[in-house]
Amino acid sequence: MTPPAVATESVALAPPRPFTEREWMALLRRLVRRRTALFGLVVVGIAVLTAALAPVVSPFDPLAQEISQRLREPGWQDAQGRIHPLGTDHLGRDILARIIYGSRIALLVGLAAVAISGVLGMAIGLISGYFGGRVDDFFMRLADVQLAFPFILLAIAVIGVLGPSLRNIIVVIGVSSWVVYARVVRGEVLSIREREFVHAAVALGSRDWRVLARHVLPNAFTPWLVVATLDMARVIVIESALSFLGLGVQPPTPTWGGMLADGRVYLSTAWWLATFPGLAILVTVLGINLFGDGLRDTLDPRLKV
Amino acid sequence: MRSYLLRRGWQSLLVLFGVSVVVFLILHLTGDPALLLLPPDASAEDVARFREAMGFNDPVAVQYLRFLRGALRGDFGESLRHGEPAMHLVLERLPATFELAGAGLLLALCLAIPAGIVSAVKRNTPVDYVSTVVALLGQAMPTFWLGIMLILVFSVRLNWLPSSGRGDLDHLVLPAITLGLFTTARITRLTRSGMLEVLGQDYIRTARAKGVSEPPVVWKHALKNASIPIVTIVGIELGTLLGGSVITETIFAWPGVGRLSVQAIFNRDYPVVQAAVFLLASTFVVVNFLVDLIYTYLDPRIRFR
Repeated sequence: MTPPAVATESVALAPPRPFTEREWMALLRRLVRRRTALFGLVVVGIAVLTAALAPVVSPFDPLAQEISQRLREPGWQDAQGRIHPLGTDHLGRDILARIIYGSRIALLVGLAAVAISGVLGMAIGLISGYFGGRVDDFFMRLADVQLAFPFILLAIAVIGVLGPSLRNIIVVIGVSSWVVYARVVRGEVLSIREREFVHAAVALGSRDWRVLARHVLPNAFTPWLVVATLDMARVIVIESALSFLGLGVQPPTPTWGGMLADGRVYLSTAWWLATFPGLAILVTVLGINLFGDGLRDTLDPRLKV
Repeated sequence: MRSYLLRRGWQSLLVLFGVSVVVFLILHLTGDPALLLLPPDASAEDVARFREAMGFNDPVAVQYLRFLRGALRGDFGESLRHGEPAMHLVLERLPATFELAGAGLLLALCLAIPAGIVSAVKRNTPVDYVSTVVALLGQAMPTFWLGIMLILVFSVRLNWLPSSGRGDLDHLVLPAITLGLFTTARITRLTRSGMLEVLGQDYIRTARAKGVSEPPVVWKHALKNASIPIVTIVGIELGTLLGGSVITETIFAWPGVGRLSVQAIFNRDYPVVQAAVFLLASTFVVVNFLVDLIYTYLDPRIRFR
């Protein structure tokens, strides 16, 4: 059904449309011009490519153990003349290969959890902001309850009960991270719903869900995107923290946090075990943060996230 | 003023109620708390008897009310491992966690507020760049990696500071830095942007035009007005600190609630987990209520909202 609402408002009351492809390109150009955002974009790009092409770029099998070659220093050359740039771990596995494969878990959990919490938060923010009143009160108190828990403690308690698995980690992080999205979207909706084009759509008889989906959501999208980008960094740190505590994806699958936990035991003899996976987390998270900051500054400088 | 306080108090109570529901549900996530609490080799009759004795056959609502009645008296049942009341164990560890979180917060405030102010006043100078880069790194650095690197450098290599346990001030230094750095970074960035915003206001220009010298303009006129978001974030950061204590305490073998919870989760000692989660979440709610009270003094306009 295409009610007259659409036709009418495109004449006089054109709402600020979502971006067209050309505008996205313009945005990208502006982002690239900011050096820090460009750096972030490059880091994120490298991380994504590494994860996607892990079998191609990895010099070794991340699971292949060689006990006779355990705890070798970075740059060590084995009998076949192959160099292990970051050394080997306590089971003789190549650390670089494990970091490369570890990026898969980090990014997978990051993307999937952000997708869940993003959709959930968007929905709650839209409903809360648009309908207001009791519904709004209910969701905002729910947000307070969610925020009252130290996040990592709640996550480890729930995962401890359910058992650590890739699916459980994604679901637990995803379901409990909706608050930032909901608050930001709600704030946007509160101002958007008073705009003329929304009143016009309502006056012309559009149903609530249609107004929300066609008129409100597209305009709340950019702040949502900024939040999602910055939240991805947080999720990656949480995933590594869970792995570090032994509640992440279980061995032998390489995870950055799990590698750190292994390396902690050999801290006094083999510093490289714990150092490099941590650097991988640091650089990835820094890249995402810088990219997210740049995105915020170009899209919506007043947004406080 | 009174009605504002009453409303905020009522909201906090509602949130505490929500917290209790979530803590109750942790045990019921898998559907059968008896199997969680009993060792895996318990016989079917034992499980059935235990279920009956603990009242797990009652309707969930009845079980919740029983749980709430206990929780209000601080009774979360006995620790399965230590045979002591769970709350007693947690309370015993609470001072250590408060000491660590307090030290982390103090460190953060002492470093971040001056750094943020100097950064804002000397905008786009090398001082600003250094403080911004440090803040960005601090926000991207995973707590557990920072802690391990500090141990590597200051305990293993230099042998200056102890790497584990609680005792004199020496023991507090590394854990406090580890826990406080993220918060330091956040508050630095917030102070900087808050001060920049305030320093651009008309009343600052007026003060300068009237011949007020620079130090009082910065420290009195500007800082006072930039302090409200800082007070807010201190309340919120307390949640980060209490949550971060889970990781930090684990790394440094700090005998606090965080480490206790992690051990309890691995020992499947759920009454202790519930007591710890409930206590930390309630602390957060109460502190944020107090922060709201402080606000109403800093910014009387809030009372009338």
